[in-house]
Amino acid sequence: MSENSDTNYVKIWAVLLFLLIVSYLGPMLEIQIVTLLTAFGIAGVKAYLVAKHFMHVNHVPRFIPYLMITCLVFMLLFVAGSAPDVYSDSGDNWVKPEAQWQYMPPPAADHAAPDHH
Amino acid sequence: MRPIATTRSTSGMPTGLLAVWWIVASEIVIFGGLLGSYVMYRLSHDAWAGQAANTNTEIGLFNTFVLLTSSLFAVLAHKAAEAGDGKKAARLLYYTIGGAVTFVCVKAFEWNMEISHGYTITANTFWSFYYTAAGIHALHVIAGAIIMAIIARDAAKNAELHRVELIGIYWHFVDIVWIFLFPLLYIAK
Repeated sequence: MSENSDTNYVKIWAVLLFLLIVSYLGPMLEIQIVTLLTAFGIAGVKAYLVAKHFMHVNHVPRFIPYLMITCLVFMLLFVAGSAPDVYSDSGDNWVKPEAQWQYMPPPAADHAAPDHH
Repeated sequence: MRPIATTRSTSGMPTGLLAVWWIVASEIVIFGGLLGSYVMYRLSHDAWAGQAANTNTEIGLFNTFVLLTSSLFAVLAHKAAEAGDGKKAARLLYYTIGGAVTFVCVKAFEWNMEISHGYTITANTFWSFYYTAAGIHALHVIAGAIIMAIIARDAAKNAELHRVELIGIYWHFVDIVWIFLFPLLYIAK
């Protein structure tokens, strides 16, 4: 059976759906580390499966994955650069208004809330 | 799977394929920045967990299923195009468009429900992020569906079949973005 047969694609899709169900059920255990692993760990695995088997990243010239990773690293550098200010209340010539950090209920909070799940 | 188009530029790959990867690289920065900002604020605002509890996980789950299934149709369309079967590729692209339409309709229903309960884009910063991230993603879904319809029309005539692969790469990327949005907006409560 060819690597790119219809059956193989359907198998990958079935694995993705299985992982989706796990990521949905994981948080029901209400264990934080399990929630993090099943939600974000599995998201990483699903993204890898889609990139490898559906986008065929391993069949494009090597510079393409490197380009993608470079963009990701630059984005993470920007996030890392701005994170310290996000976690600070004040800095040189700026103060974060306290109100921005407070929880503000929605304007129509007196309405019945949608179903919680 | 090898690219369908035979024209090669100095990059060693078809120009269209290079262009679509260029778009994906740009989108990584756009969505990555958005998701990175979300994570930063989510970690520094405990109240966001309470707000995230108001999103409907089952709706998010269903839409993830829809997008994953539409990605399957997109890759099968690519395979059909590579085999020179334009009609089958077009049919599979239309199935993919069906997934996009379903996704957007479900999203519209979900937003209508949330807005009617007061969870608007100005309610607080969590909902601002929620509507911005999901809204930009939905715009990409709509744009992808429109482009796919144009490509499917040509593919049905066995014309420009290499474009089936290009729209497929874009579509899978849109799928990957949602794969990360789903746990952020619907699971991490």
